[in-house]
Amino acid sequence: MSATPNGGPVLEIVDLHKSYGGTEVLKGVHLTVNEGEVMCVLGPSGSGKSTMLRCINHLETPTRGYSRVRGELVGYRIKHDKLHELRRRDIARQRTRIGMVFQSFNLFPHLTVMENVMEGPLRVLHRDRSWTRQKALAALTEVGLEAKRDAYPGQLSGGQMQRVAIARALAMEPELILFDEPTSALDPELVGEVLEVMRRLAREGMTMVVVTHEIAFAKNVADAVVFMDDGVVVEQGPPAEVLANPQEPRTRAFLNSVL
Amino acid sequence: MSTVHDQRTGSVPPRADEIPTEVVRLRYPGRWVTACVLVLLGVLLVQQLIVNKRFQWDVFWQYLFSPQILVGLQRTLILTVIAMAIGIVLGTLLAIMRLSRNPVMRTASGLYIWFFRGTPLLVQLIFWYNLAALYPSLVVGIPSGPGIDLGATNLVISTWGAAILGLGLNEAAYMAEIIRGGLLSVDRGQVQAAESIGMTDSLVLRRIVLPQALRVIVPPTGNQVVGMLKYTSLVSVIALPELLYSAQLIYTQNFQPIPLLLVACFWYLLVTSLLTIGQGFLERHYGRGFKRTDAGTPGRWNRLQARLKTKESMGR
Repeated sequence: MSATPNGGPVLEIVDLHKSYGGTEVLKGVHLTVNEGEVMCVLGPSGSGKSTMLRCINHLETPTRGYSRVRGELVGYRIKHDKLHELRRRDIARQRTRIGMVFQSFNLFPHLTVMENVMEGPLRVLHRDRSWTRQKALAALTEVGLEAKRDAYPGQLSGGQMQRVAIARALAMEPELILFDEPTSALDPELVGEVLEVMRRLAREGMTMVVVTHEIAFAKNVADAVVFMDDGVVVEQGPPAEVLANPQEPRTRAFLNSVL
Repeated sequence: MSTVHDQRTGSVPPRADEIPTEVVRLRYPGRWVTACVLVLLGVLLVQQLIVNKRFQWDVFWQYLFSPQILVGLQRTLILTVIAMAIGIVLGTLLAIMRLSRNPVMRTASGLYIWFFRGTPLLVQLIFWYNLAALYPSLVVGIPSGPGIDLGATNLVISTWGAAILGLGLNEAAYMAEIIRGGLLSVDRGQVQAAESIGMTDSLVLRRIVLPQALRVIVPPTGNQVVGMLKYTSLVSVIALPELLYSAQLIYTQNFQPIPLLLVACFWYLLVTSLLTIGQGFLERHYGRGFKRTDAGTPGRWNRLQARLKTKESMGR
């Protein structure tokens, strides 16, 4: 999608920590995602995968550490050798560059499919209406749902809703898209259509971080696979290594349990 | 129909021609009996209204459209509209403050609601009416510094002012709780999705949360409007002749309380009926995009909604 020349990684995650009360959910995560790369994050539930994803765009405020998108620090600015929290308004502006797709779709039920996709470019980016309409139609075509543009989310199947959610993220022309277990809430027969759309996005060069339980998707589509457990990255590398020949016993145990 | 024998697992389904196709619907004789009883009671009631001369329907008709009553009705309507407008605007503000991240806002809103819900409306009305006893004149400015004199309190806060302040500020406390409940009813994921496309807090509220919350807020607010219509009669204690007080003023002179109270009730019922119809339209509007099973109050409007929804879904 964004065809800017490769000037360093799209996303860097540095020393990310997150605690809720006394429990430490993330214990220092470091990751780097390059232009056009698809990174799949695997791991047992409660391993901190989703929390990590939410810390990237500051839907959750990290306790320590930070993420950078194309070099721009998210949620902070540096002054006198310290990280100063940004105002919520400024963080919101940064989020326009980071798409996100949720497990439970979270489409806006009071808006039609078309309005859902147009909402961001129109109200947040203040693009003009005809441009936005074209962009939204293109995004809906990308996910194969331009025929449903006047439907309300409540009239769609789960797979269709998730594809609209992907179109909503695409219409913002983000630098990367974060996927938080995008197929976990779907009936088994609807998983394929969503993964197919994601596979196409990957082919077209979209930078993606995908928290998922779909091992086959990770094996076929991912450039890098990350295995997380207990708030840390246990193992990472190309899918051929991590999935076919895991070095860590915890990775092996997890893969055995899901395959 | 075919599912009936499919469910008898294990046994061989009988051939289709062994099962008669004609279905006799279940009858509900109890409904006819209760309907007859109720119709009978209704007839007796109406007959009473006609036969009993003490209802004095001639007096009722005489005063139904009398200028004094109509002016009272007008005042009731104006008070209801203004007090509800204050209640809804201030209530929305209070609800947003109550849910704010800012602890100062939260506390301030909490104290307001605590006070105005915790004291009787009647007392609040009398209090505003007698504000002059505490502060004979109103001055806007810095405490013990320069200020602009607004004049005598009684002139600034007239009877109308006291009535509007009393009803409006009290209503705001109740509306705040209704609106807060509505805002809380919207799924957290909606806020996260809106934030993920870069919406600011105010945009999230205006575009995503409030429109969905209204679906939950409208029905109890309709209730509040109907309530307010009648609570306005409390302002008779500060001598503002709204509908009920106008009727009372007439019957203290002609000694015909029953027909005049009936006149007042007729108008209250008429306005309430109109409000109910309006509420139905609002509920349908804010229920769009939601399945009929969870849209608004069950009953009255659901059949209409259901018909509209099936029309919509046939188009997909």
